[in-house]
Formats: sequence, C-alpha cells, structure tokens
Amino acid sequence: MIPPFAYVRARSIDEAVALLARPESRPAAGATDLIGCLRDEVFTAKAVVSLGGIEAMTGIAETADGGLRIGALTSLTTIVKHALVAGRYPALAQAAASVASPQLRNQGTLGGNLCQRPRCWFFRGGYDCARKAGDTCYAMQGDNRYHCVFGGSTCLIVHPSDTATALTALDAIVSIAGPKGTRSVPIQQFFVLPEKDMTHENVLAPGELVTTISLPAPRAGLVSVYRKARARASWDFALAACAAAITIEQGKVTAARIVLGAAAPIPWRVEGAERMLIGRRLDEPTRARVAAAALNGATPLEHNAYKVAMLRGVVSEALGSIG
Amino acid sequence: MDSHDPHDTPHDAGVSRRGFLTSVSTGAIGVVSAAHLAASTANEAPPDMTAADGQRAVTITVNGEARRLSVEPRWSLLFVLRERLGLTATKTSCERGECGACTVLIDGETRYACMTLAVEADGHAVTTLEGLMQGEALGPVQRAFAEEDGLQCGFCTPGQIMAVEGLLQKTPAPTIDEVREGVSGNLCRCGTYAHIFKAAQRAAELKGARS
Ligand SMILES: Cc1cc2nc3c(=O)[nH]c(=O)nc-3n(C[C@H](O)[C@H](O)[C@H](O)COP(=O)(O)OP(=O)(O)OC[C@H]3O[C@@H](n4cnc5c(N)ncnc54)[C@H](O)[C@@H]3O)c2cc1C
Ligand code: FES
Ligand code: FES
Repeated sequence: MIPPFAYVRARSIDEAVALLARPESRPAAGATDLIGCLRDEVFTAKAVVSLGGIEAMTGIAETADGGLRIGALTSLTTIVKHALVAGRYPALAQAAASVASPQLRNQGTLGGNLCQRPRCWFFRGGYDCARKAGDTCYAMQGDNRYHCVFGGSTCLIVHPSDTATALTALDAIVSIAGPKGTRSVPIQQFFVLPEKDMTHENVLAPGELVTTISLPAPRAGLVSVYRKARARASWDFALAACAAAITIEQGKVTAARIVLGAAAPIPWRVEGAERMLIGRRLDEPTRARVAAAALNGATPLEHNAYKVAMLRGVVSEALGSIG
Repeated sequence: MDSHDPHDTPHDAGVSRRGFLTSVSTGAIGVVSAAHLAASTANEAPPDMTAADGQRAVTITVNGEARRLSVEPRWSLLFVLRERLGLTATKTSCERGECGACTVLIDGETRYACMTLAVEADGHAVTTLEGLMQGEALGPVQRAFAEEDGLQCGFCTPGQIMAVEGLLQKTPAPTIDEVREGVSGNLCRCGTYAHIFKAAQRAAELKGARS
C-alpha cells in the first residue's frame, strides 16, 4: 500500500498554485508516474493536488499565428489522434504513440510525460543516490547499460520522456504558472543537466506547474519524424531515440533540428550534425555523415557502448524516412 | 497530516447518522471522514482537502450502478473494486502498470485500475469484467475467448477481455494490427497471444452479429 497522503482537487490554475505552495504537495495529472514513485517511495508526498478538474489546462487549440497550444493535461491518446498534430507535427504524434501502452496513454498527460522522474534503476530502487541528494551516482560503478552517453557528469540518468525529444526538435515553448506568476521558456531551457541541478530534471521551482505546451506554426517544407529503438516492440522506454525536424526548400535543407533521446539527462540536440545538413540534399552519403557526426563526442560507459551504434542507427533511420 | 483534527477519526462520524453506508452486502462499511467536513474550520487545511488518515466520499458508477463509498486517498481503484466492492474479476498482479491484469474501462477507455486512485474515479463510470455479463450468460467478448481458447491459465484473461472490449467500443472492426496494438498493454505469461488475437476478431464478429 502507498504511504498515506492527503488529497485535494484544484479547480483552477491559481488554486493549484496556492495548494502546491504547501510543503511536500505534489501535483497529479494522470498520476501514472506519480503513483509509481509514491508506491516505490522514490519520494514522498504529504498532499496530492489533483489537477484533473482544471479546464484551462486541457485540450488542443490552433493559435492565431497557425501554431498549436496543447494543455498540459491533454492525454497522450488525444494527442495521437488529433488531426492537426499528426498532420503538422508528426514527430510529436509518433513520440506520443510510442509511450507505454494504450491504457497508460489514455491516462497519461503531456505535462506529466515531460515532468516524469527518471527511470534509472538505482534512483527507482532503494538507493540513496545523488539525484535524491545522496553522495553517489551508483551508475558510475554499477550496471549502467541504460544510462547516458552524453551530458552525464555527476549523475548518469537519461531523460525518460519520448515527447520531450520530439518537442525539443519542434522548438516548443513551455508555459509555467507559479507563486511568482507565469513565465514561458523554450523547451531547450526547460530541461537541466545534473551539473546545473543535481536533483531536478527541469527548471520548475517548488509550486510551479506546466500549464501549456505551444508549438510554433510549421514553416513551409517542414518535415518531422520520431524514431525509437526499444527492447520490446509492444511497449518500453527508449534505448535510443531520435527526433528530427527538417525544413526542405527546393530540394535543399534550410533548417534542421536533430535531437537524441535516451542519450543524455536531457533531450540532446546535436547542433554540429544539424549544421552539416544546411544547404544540402538529404541524400544517402549526407545522411550517413550526419548520423556519424551526431555521435561525435559520445562518452559511453562500461555497459552501454551499444547505445552509440544504436543512436547512430536511429538518426540514420529518422533522416532516411524524410529524405 | 498536521492539519488533521485528532478528534476526527475516520470511523467516529457515525455510519447511520451520516448515512454514508456502502455496499453492506460485500461487507464494506466506510464513512466520510469528518476530517474533510471539518477542514474548512481548521486554520490550515484548505476546504475540500481529505486528510492523509481520513476518507473521502466518492460516487463511482460501477457496471451501471452508482456506488457511494468512502475511500482513503491512497487507495487504488483496483483495491476498492476487489476489497471494498468484492468485484474480484479484475486481477492484482504487478501493481505497477506493466501487465494489464487490472484493465477496466473508465468512461469507455481502457485503464489500469492499479494506476488509478479511487478518489480520481469519483464521478466516473467504471466497467469491469462482471459488467460484461448478460445476466447469467457470457457477453460476446467473453464468449469469443471461450470459443477460440484465448487462454491457458486464465489469469490475464479478464484484463485481455477488457482490453478487447475497450478496443471494439472504439473500433468495431479492427485490423489485426489494431488488435495487436489494442492488447499491447496486456501480458500473457502463458503466451497465448495468437489465440487472443483470434478471439478479438471473433468478438468483433459476435458483436457485429448482435447489433
Ligand atoms: C509501465 C510504464 C511504462 C511507461 N513507458 C513510458 C514510455 O515508453 N515513454 C515515456 O515517455 N513514458 C513512459 N512512462 C511514464 C509515464 O507514465 C508517462 O510518461 C505519462 O505520460 C506520465 O503522465 P501522467 O499525466 O500520468 O503524469 P503524472 O504521474 O501525473 O506526473 C508525473 C510527474 O510530474 C508531475 N506533474 C504532472 N503534471 C505536471 C504539470 N502539469 N506541471 C508540473 N508537474 C507535473 C507529477 O507531480 C509527477 O511527479 C511509462 C510508465 C509506466 C508505468
Ligand atoms: S496489476 Fe495493474 S498493470 Fe499489472
Ligand atoms: S492465460 Fe496464463 S497468463 Fe495469459
């Protein structure tokens, strides 16, 4: 049985922010990750604040400039089925469709997917690891087959979210409400490396909430795709993933985002590889060179060298499905 | 919770006085915690907060029948279905969203009862395997599993049937790929998948034949 916690429902964003100001209060969206963390005592909660009744945080709407605003509480199933998402931002639809199982996509939300805690087995297991403000990252010495090949310093997690990788390639903006008011941050600045913050995966301050995720209007010629390699086809977290958003005009690439998933503690943009694409056709030799360049500087650990080849493979597949 | 008034133990509010008696037939007796009724007068707790050691009155429509119960915030819907309502077709297995044995429908969508807090099911309609019965007779999806031998030990079967029921409610004539996707959140340790896929397709026929 989960350790006891108090429960309250917020009816508005303001009410949620006020309720979350109380000590050790945690928001519940779909609660598919929250329940797991509470059950395994990854962290504790004095109170759970249910966000489910907040109308202003649900649904998908087109913005005046042709982009999309997605409420943080929108279920992953709704995102997968939404015609505008699938039509204009296929990388997001594909990433959302690849999350967990149908049951969990019916319940899990986009905001919860971005804010879920890492799956590192030391963090999830009973270890008092660095991410829980302990002294050591046990993945440094222990079995690190599912850990990072980029960006790990004092903690070697990979970010578990599929949609985070896609949304980073799509230049999403994350809107946040909190005790000090509202703010919006580009998604690349939303996630933080352990060297900046050891115990949080993102910039949310205590009591802050993600309210909406906005996507800019797609440029003419934008194509996007998400590729995920996992141990089982039916459902699993990514072993390696790539989201690519490429703009092609008159046969040549004019803008590119290539983001690796399950590679680093944050969605990992590979700007050097992106630059190699500009002005080129997306032909086979270019794709191969860019896929190789995407893994430049990777620092595999004792048990995860396979990830380098696998990531190269998903980059190559992602680009191949566009070119 | 520090905000919880020690006088308000969950069971001292008086069952008959408040009338929040729940399904006596299944032995479940719960009452609304007075804690959350009294909370508005406490300095600290927000109105409507149910204390950690309190219970909350919820109404969940289970298989078409409104069930009024009081539940602890930490109880899963799975626990309430089995241990408070005596509906044991829904199985407890991994309790971490990985196996699908606890699959139910909530407002027509497949969900894991182990990953759903009962307090969050308040005001919603839950369908369990028991709800697919047509009186004493099996419903079409159940019949299809029997006809196609869609099971070996049968432990995963209630969850598989609910996953197929949920799929067919949205997609009455699924392709084989849609069937595979529809039951992808349900593990079968006996490995009867091929039979489950057949049963799902047979269920689509039986349902079609009915309407
Ligand atoms: C078996 C299993 C398999 C899974 N597979 C995958 C997978 O393949 N890929 C993947 O990406 N994920 C996976 N997940 C993780 C998770 O269930 C999903 O990511 C889901 O989308 C989380 O959404 P939720 O609404 O249920 O989140 P919740 O559990 O409600 O929230 C997650 C965390 O974020 C906080 N939170 C929720 N909403 C907000 C908000 N708006 N603002 C600030 N904080 C918030 C909560 O307090 C909690 O700590 C899996 C989970 C399970 C149990
Ligand atoms: S018991 Fe709920 S998914 Fe396994
Ligand atoms: S029939 Fe035995 S687990 Fe599926």
